[in-house]
This record gives sequence, structure tokens and C-alpha cells, in this order.
Amino acid sequence: MSELCVKTEKLTFHYPPGEGESPRDVLREVDIEIAPGTFTVILGHNGSGKSTLARQLNALLLPSGGSVTVFGMDTADEKLLLDIRRRVGMVFQNPDNQIVSNVVEEDVAFAPENLGCPTAEIRRRVDEALKTVGMYDYREHAPHLLSGGQKQRVAIAGVLAMEPQCVVFDEATAMLDPGGRRDVIGIINTLRQKGVTVILITHHMDEAVGADKVIVMNDGRVALEGTPREVFRQVENLKGMGLTVPDTAELIWRLRQKGLELDPEALTVDECAAEIAEALR
Amino acid sequence: MLKDITLGQYFPGDTPIHRLDPRTKILLVVFYIVALFNASGFLTYGIMAAALITAQALARIRPSALLKGMKPVIMIIVLTAVLNLFYTPGEVIFQFWILKITREGVKTAFFMVLRIMMLISCTFMLTYTTSPISLTDGLETLLSPLKRIGLPVHELAMMMSIALRFIPTLIEETEKIMSAQKARGAQFDTGGIIDKAKAMLPILVPLFISSFRRADELAVAMEARCYHGGQGRTRLRELRYAPGDFAAIGLGVGLVVLVIILSRMGL
Repeated sequence: MSELCVKTEKLTFHYPPGEGESPRDVLREVDIEIAPGTFTVILGHNGSGKSTLARQLNALLLPSGGSVTVFGMDTADEKLLLDIRRRVGMVFQNPDNQIVSNVVEEDVAFAPENLGCPTAEIRRRVDEALKTVGMYDYREHAPHLLSGGQKQRVAIAGVLAMEPQCVVFDEATAMLDPGGRRDVIGIINTLRQKGVTVILITHHMDEAVGADKVIVMNDGRVALEGTPREVFRQVENLKGMGLTVPDTAELIWRLRQKGLELDPEALTVDECAAEIAEALR
Repeated sequence: MLKDITLGQYFPGDTPIHRLDPRTKILLVVFYIVALFNASGFLTYGIMAAALITAQALARIRPSALLKGMKPVIMIIVLTAVLNLFYTPGEVIFQFWILKITREGVKTAFFMVLRIMMLISCTFMLTYTTSPISLTDGLETLLSPLKRIGLPVHELAMMMSIALRFIPTLIEETEKIMSAQKARGAQFDTGGIIDKAKAMLPILVPLFISSFRRADELAVAMEARCYHGGQGRTRLRELRYAPGDFAAIGLGVGLVVLVIILSRMGL
């Protein structure tokens, strides 16, 4: 795998300033690399620039400085726009505002229709995408009669119908109930098994535990980067940025404060339990 | 209360009417309206009603669903009936103060009401049996020759289908806002017309703001899914005329011709 899925170099971005204002950088010299087939979680509090970063990945926003390269394609090259968006799908926060059609399958067909796929190919992609998210039985339903979690699954299917090599979930679980969140995480795991690169932007820390890589954004910069174990052991650092840590990391950290000898990198519930049992013996 | 609005609602189904090509159904509605405005007597109106009832039975649409659709226009129907009843000159059959009811007036009023109701029913039959996307697809293909004179046909069709898609969402949102305002002591059902209109303002303002936000998010989501206008777009459902469509169009043309001939004969 020589070609990186995403590579940003000194990526800087500011929104066009209002009259008389000086531009405020939302992203400052962000350098990230995401390998194909991996699961990356981007964390950060509101206004840390994480969603802005996500929108750079499929050319919804273009860099003010530096560059973003997706599968070897520079996002600033307008000719490559559709090719980039086809390869990097994006799921947004509010499922209601992503669904364009009154019938589930026609909504899922929206992207392949835009791409000019032949009818038989659209049908195949729609069926496959709906089966992946477990909404095939609802293909002729009206989206407004579905639950929030079901709507979000339809929205994901609409992105999968492009057959993207990378899917960015921009706070896609933020508006869902726990059941809906579980479904979305389940779909993410299915995608990983299929070799799709997944980038999840979230502020639910527990969703980051299973990631290959965690990137913490703060004030438009990459504050921390590494495996979940490397990142979540820095509890004080994360708390300083206004973030929480997963419950297991929080528990280990507190017990360590009290003087217990525990491995700060125990992250899953089982590891955490084993570590505490060991210490109590 | 807002949920009762059936305008532009689609009832999924698999009946001969549902299976017709949307273009066929749009053409049939046009034929039906032409025929309806040519109908003049009991026989022709009877034929028109029979055609409507047959279509309704074939599409398995409940008559109550059609009648519900009349609700928003009930004032127009009543007004038409009253005006025609009192203002048609002719043989007076009942007189009270300055109000005169004529035999012709009764007949015209009856037919006018029937005409409006059938007009509305036939358009509802179209939206009940055709999904909004295929409806706009149909319109887009039917109107596509107008692209040459610069009419943005694809854009109009897209706007229409998005508007239809968001009707239920916005209704839901309106109800939420109303509940929120009621919880803060707002009253929507008391006072005169002016009070009621004033009470609508705290509903409309948040509704407008959130609609703009929704429009913005939807536009971004559509772009992210490679939307780039109507150029080079294909369809999940290619529109194709089936033998049934030719038969239906034949029947529609037949209906128009029959009604015109019969009404010329004064029936």
C-alpha cells in the first residue's frame, strides 16, 4: 500500500472574513496521514476545527494554505472533484437534512444517478448498500416515517452506493439514541472488514477505543496523535483541552492517583478489569 | 391537526395505476381535465365520474382519502355553489327577499361543485399513486423539449421534489415549535383573527431560520454525493412506456373525444 488515503501538508484554512475583520485560522498547519483500510477517530471539542478538517477531505472546502491529497489526487484540482467525492463519502450529523427523496431506495440511488451509472448498475448498488446497512426491507418506505437511527442508516447507504474507498462520519452519531449509535458503529465495523478506510469524527470517547489511530484536534491544530492507548493515557492533557476520556481510562487514572500500581494503557473493559484484579490480589 | 394535510402525499402500492408510467398519468390528468371542462350534461358528467371511480378502485385508494383532500378547498366549493345558486338567471323556483334561486342556478351549482371536486380528485389520484420522484422525473422528461428555449427544467424538477420531500419534515418541526411555544404559555386557538395571526409569528420565525439551516446542510450533503446538476444524470427507474401505457393513453383520448361529441349533442 504505497498510496496514502489522506495526506495533508501544512493545511491551513480560514473562512472568508467579514468586512473589516481579519481572517481567523480555523485550521493551522495540520499535517496528518491516514493509511488505506484503517480506522481513524478524530476527537476535539466544539470549535476545535475537526468538522472543518473533515470537509477538507472531500473538497467541500478547499485549503487556504498547504495541500490536501486524497488517494494521490490534489483536492484543489477542480477536474478531479467528482472523482474525489466518489472515493471519499461523507455522512453528516442530521439524517433529515441528508435525505433528498421521499422513497428510501430512490434516495440511495441519488449518488449513482449523479455519477451517471447505467440503470442495472444503480439497482445493484442500491440493493447492496441497503443490505449492508440492514435497511433492505424498508426500501420502499417513506424516510420521514423511520426512526432517527434508521434514517441515518439510509443516509449511510446513500453514501455507500458511491462505492467509496473511504467514508468520513462527521459526528454522524451525535443526534442518535444509544440504539441508533450502536447500529452505526456496527456498520463502521462491517465497512472495516470490507477494507474501507473509515474516519470517524466524534465526541463520544468510547467510540474511539477500537480505532487504529486517534487524532485529537485543539484550536485548529493536531494536539495529540497515536494509538488509542497512547492518546488516552494522557488523561490530564485531554482534560486540559476540555475533553473527557473513556470510562475505563478515567477509572484507571483515578485509581493511579490514589496510588494503585496499574498499567495506564489498559483500555478495554476486560483489560481494565484484569488489571484491577491483579492489583488487588 | 397539521398531520391531516394530504397534499402531495404518496401512498405506495402495486396496482395497475401505480405501475403506469408517470408521463402517462400526467397526460391522463391533462386529458381528464380537458374532458371535464367539456362535460355539460348528466350523461357526460356521469361518464367522467365513472372514469374517476374506476381509476380510484383500480388504484385501491380509499374514497375517504380523496374526500379528505377536499378539506382545504371546502370554502372555495361552498362559495362557488352559493354564487352559482343565486346569480344564475332563469326560471325562478324559490324566492326569499332579494335572493332568487333558479332552476338553471341549481343545475349549474351542482355541476360546478361536481367539476371542482372531480378536478381535485383527479390531481390527487396522480400524487397518491405516483412517487414524487417519478412524478418530477415524468414532468422533467415531458417538459425537456422546453430546455431548448432556456427553461431550467431539471432545476425546477429538483426543487419540486425537494419541496415535496420536506413537507412532512417541516410539518413535524412546526408541531414541535408549537408545543414549545405552548409550553411557554402561547395560545393559538383563542382571540380574534388578528390575535391568531400574531400568535403565528413566533412559530414562523424559528421555522424560517431552521429551514434555511436545513437548506444549507442539504446542499452540502448533495454536493458530497456528487450532485452537479442535471448533466449526465441517469435514473434508477428509466422511464419506459409499456403496452399498458399505450392502452391507458388510448382510453384517455377516447374519453376526451367521447365527452366532446356527447356534449356537442347536448347530453
